[in-house]
Amino acid sequence: MLDKKIYDMPRGTDMAWCPGCGNFPILNIVKMALAELDIKPQDAVICSGIGQAAKTPHYLRVNYFNGLHGRALPPAIAIKVANPRLTVIAESGDGDTYGEGGNHFIHTIRRNPDITNIVHDNMIYGLTKGQASPTSEKGLKNPIQRDGVIVDQFNPLAVALSLDATFVARAFTGDILQSKEIIKAAILHKGYALVDVFQPCVVYNKQNTYQWFKDKGYYVDASHDKTDKMKALVLAFDLERLALGVIYQREGKPTYETLVREGSTPLYEKGFDTGALEKLIGTYK
Amino acid sequence: MRRYSGDISLVLGGAAGMGVQTVEALLVQVLKREGYHVFASKEYMSRIRGGSNSTEIRVTDKKKGAFVKRIDFLFAMDKDVIPHLEGRISKETIVLGEREKICATAKECHVIDIPFTRFANELGNPLYTSTVAVGAALGILRADEGFFEQYLREHFARKGEEVVKKNIEAAKKGYVFGKHIAYHEGIEVRLAKSKAVENEILIDGTEALGLGVLAAGCNYISSYPMSPGTGLLTFLADHSKGFGVVIDQAEDEIAAINQGLGAWYAGARAIVTTSGGGFDLMVEGVSLSGIIETPMVVHIGQRPGPATGLPTRTEQADLNLVLYAGHGEFPRAVFAPGTPEEAFLVSQQAFFIANKYQTPVFILTDQYFLDSVRSIPKDRLQKIKSENFIIETRTDYKRYSITESGVSPRGVPGYGQGLVGIDSDEHDEEAHITESAEMRVAMHEKRLRKMKGIRAKSLLPTEIGDVSHADTIIVSWGSNRGVVEEALEILKQDNLAGLHFHQVYPLPERTKKLLTKKKIVVLENNFGGQFANLLKLEYGIKVADNILKYDGDPFSVEEVVAKLRQM
Repeated sequence: MLDKKIYDMPRGTDMAWCPGCGNFPILNIVKMALAELDIKPQDAVICSGIGQAAKTPHYLRVNYFNGLHGRALPPAIAIKVANPRLTVIAESGDGDTYGEGGNHFIHTIRRNPDITNIVHDNMIYGLTKGQASPTSEKGLKNPIQRDGVIVDQFNPLAVALSLDATFVARAFTGDILQSKEIIKAAILHKGYALVDVFQPCVVYNKQNTYQWFKDKGYYVDASHDKTDKMKALVLAFDLERLALGVIYQREGKPTYETLVREGSTPLYEKGFDTGALEKLIGTYK
Repeated sequence: MRRYSGDISLVLGGAAGMGVQTVEALLVQVLKREGYHVFASKEYMSRIRGGSNSTEIRVTDKKKGAFVKRIDFLFAMDKDVIPHLEGRISKETIVLGEREKICATAKECHVIDIPFTRFANELGNPLYTSTVAVGAALGILRADEGFFEQYLREHFARKGEEVVKKNIEAAKKGYVFGKHIAYHEGIEVRLAKSKAVENEILIDGTEALGLGVLAAGCNYISSYPMSPGTGLLTFLADHSKGFGVVIDQAEDEIAAINQGLGAWYAGARAIVTTSGGGFDLMVEGVSLSGIIETPMVVHIGQRPGPATGLPTRTEQADLNLVLYAGHGEFPRAVFAPGTPEEAFLVSQQAFFIANKYQTPVFILTDQYFLDSVRSIPKDRLQKIKSENFIIETRTDYKRYSITESGVSPRGVPGYGQGLVGIDSDEHDEEAHITESAEMRVAMHEKRLRKMKGIRAKSLLPTEIGDVSHADTIIVSWGSNRGVVEEALEILKQDNLAGLHFHQVYPLPERTKKLLTKKKIVVLENNFGGQFANLLKLEYGIKVADNILKYDGDPFSVEEVVAKLRQM
């Protein structure tokens, strides 16, 4: 086990998060999980999009690709394929992942690359000042839908399950130790792992508060068969009581990087075979 | 007596799925092996079956690389061919085919009847129609009988002896009939053969580009299919095993370019291919490439827009798009090959510039260029030594260290002791978000300083004729090299010369003096004279005239000659 401190940024690093934001515990959880799994900063890459959650890689010492809004997943896939030896985590908010990046969310799950997707889900837009997110509850009043959200809530767990995601979990920042175990299991999982993390926005979301999550959330217990997809779907569709923990996991599905290339040598190490080119040109007549 | 000497234009017309492609593929191979220069270009409709498509095969004594409007021999497969090609059929055009299949009305339909189907049916399968047509064409041209036999034997070998035998028989039936027609109609074709051509290779634009991309060491492509850019994706997929190229069919173009950037970030060499409409979606990724200083190579096979436009036709109207794509300011380079040799070269150069200067680089082609086939000597495919600019990082590594050239040594994650971060926000040397005005200025200037190095490496244009002594210079770029070369050759005027650019941005400083005090005429396939405007901007020179075309077809030699004569 590594010392968690190796991921710490220098003292005095300016952080753009609000006091009490649920992003702080997630940052701490990710550092603990990486340390406990012995993943050196040099061997990990965090990909993120845009938003407050997407700033996470600036607050811990690992490699990172802080790209565009909604686009954390495409580079994450490519990085894993180009160098399968790296631990790749895509980490962004609910708006970034499920809204702007919705198409990538769908098709990344279909590919099943061996990456971990941590979604900071506060059910609201923070950085753009309080508008509805895809996961906002119907009726939530906000600066644009003055009488409340009128469209249905996006259900990330159910969508992921229906696309045959091989690891689907939900965590809550109110419980650091359990969340850390869930994220460790996600990183260890061979294949695409979704961890939707409930994370209250203390500034803009006055409806889905710490207390709200505490009242609604419960952990699936040892009796839960996490290989039972239909059971997992039932849990995912239950919006009254919110199941926490690893809801579904399926081992053995080939990962994308093993399907589109051979071996795990980083592509930058691969030499160029001039002979093959000469041979190919030689086939032209 | 009808005599043809040195240059014939043979056009095959029919609906999609009728075998026009098969006839073309066989015919160009046999003719090239006979020692004739061939240049084939095609036009087709945006549909899978039906419609009316055509391929023009020019068979010549000397190398040609352009489309001619004139049709000497038209092989028509159905009733739509004659109306479809009406504007190109003249009194001199000899139309061949099955009369009852190609004549809408019996009157005013002058065709030489060739019973393709009957011949094919005599051999037991209508599929042999294509081979009968190949034979007939070769008969009219009086090609060497032994030659095509040998080629057909090779071509159909893997389909078994029976198929080989039947195809040879089919070709012979056509051949004998073709010779018979030539005799009866008094057709005499004189074409000199060249030993050198026999050993050349037949290659189309897509293949030349693809070979160049492989030569550049490309090992990753993520793209979404869109005509005419798809060919490169298919080409790389065909060779992915032999060259270790990762092939990813992306869910959309946004994913494609963001994957490409992720791949480069992790040390791969990636390209994306698309057309203008798909590229519109990629634009945010171009801007990202600019600020994160991660290389990117983008191929755009142009077709007429706006929006869906004419999906299968040709145009050069996306130059402005790639010049200005992406918000903010950042360096870039744009290439536009006009021959297979140039395509092979610029695709390597595109990777070199992208890799060295860590910025987006574009290769602009078009449908006409990508689909045109010609023969070239193998040794004209010029290999550039591929360089690896990746460094092993140390613990104090800073991804965006400020340097004089603007280029910061590029590390990749997992290689060395350092950490590699990249950020779409304005950032400091370690890639962390900054809102410091001083840092913004330092980083912005650092990135844009790279333009100086890129410009210094700009490829010089090709001079067609004696540019320094001519008064009028016909400037072209991309696919129009061949048509300008041929038009100038026909006109043979000392005061006229051409300058063809295969790198269109940035333009080399040295070339400016070639163009000063000259009458500049810019020929291009768009409405607005986009390259003409760029020339004015880059060199501060006047453009006297524009020759523009934007109907979806390439320039023909005849129309360029006529336009130049008018001037």
